[in-house]
Amino acid sequence: MAPSWDDLEVGATTEPRTIGPLNRTDFVRYQGASGDFNPIHHDEEFAQAAGYPSVFSVGMLQAGILASYATDWLGADNVRSFGVQFREQVWPGDRLVCSGSVIERLDARNGEERTVKLELIVDREGGGTAIKGWATFAVPDA
Amino acid sequence: MVDASAVGTTDEPFSMTVERGKIREFARATMSENPEYLDDPTPPIEPTFLTSVSFWTPPGQSVFSKLKMDLKRILHGGQEYVFHGPPPRAGQELTVQTRVAEIYEKEGKRGGTMTFVVTVTEFRDETGKIVAEARSTAIETGRPATAKEGA
Repeated sequence: MAPSWDDLEVGATTEPRTIGPLNRTDFVRYQGASGDFNPIHHDEEFAQAAGYPSVFSVGMLQAGILASYATDWLGADNVRSFGVQFREQVWPGDRLVCSGSVIERLDARNGEERTVKLELIVDREGGGTAIKGWATFAVPDA
Repeated sequence: MVDASAVGTTDEPFSMTVERGKIREFARATMSENPEYLDDPTPPIEPTFLTSVSFWTPPGQSVFSKLKMDLKRILHGGQEYVFHGPPPRAGQELTVQTRVAEIYEKEGKRGGTMTFVVTVTEFRDETGKIVAEARSTAIETGRPATAKEGA
């Protein structure tokens, strides 16, 4: 069950989720699912010719991991917006930590839905922030 | 180089069918174990699922191929999805249209001049109502990128 309106005070959080270590197969599986076949994420020679030490993850993979983390918490049907800004790249062997919290509550008015705004983050374990994200979720009556 | 005169350009609209198998594949790839995606016979899409619209885009119509952006120098700066109500579900037929919303330049700390290309894609349901919008920011770096900017 998704948490209720009363559970979702400003500052409310859910358990962080740790993912990985990510490997090249994870990147390729995501590229197959998403249709983004940029070789920079699976072709070592191509990535090195572009100046990178190796292939690196698809930004939208960690965005998708973060989106799933948020919908696991507040419900797949309730999402009304989800956005990310990409910061550090994610490399083979990285472990990622997703976390999130409620930063605003918007009560229903004019027949609109009650919503909460979230701040969402993907950190690289032992590194910096890979993604800064945000989302809006409707909070239906229990 | 990105052609800045492309701002305002729109693609021809095309159709995209939202399918259960694709939703499942996408949920697996994004490491979700959510039964709402995996067990429901007509599951909703995961919030970033519409990135798979590329499978439905007619060949040669992608904004990036039109703008002749260099894959070795492209980074994804950001991405946002807005849903006007519950997200689309398996079985829905969406009509998709993309426009180039903005092109601007910034001096990068490491990569020389960076060109930002913002595209907005609208997804309409069978009645013509906009059910989802995607806003994407792609960055073309001035020289092959270093390992620190964007993804």
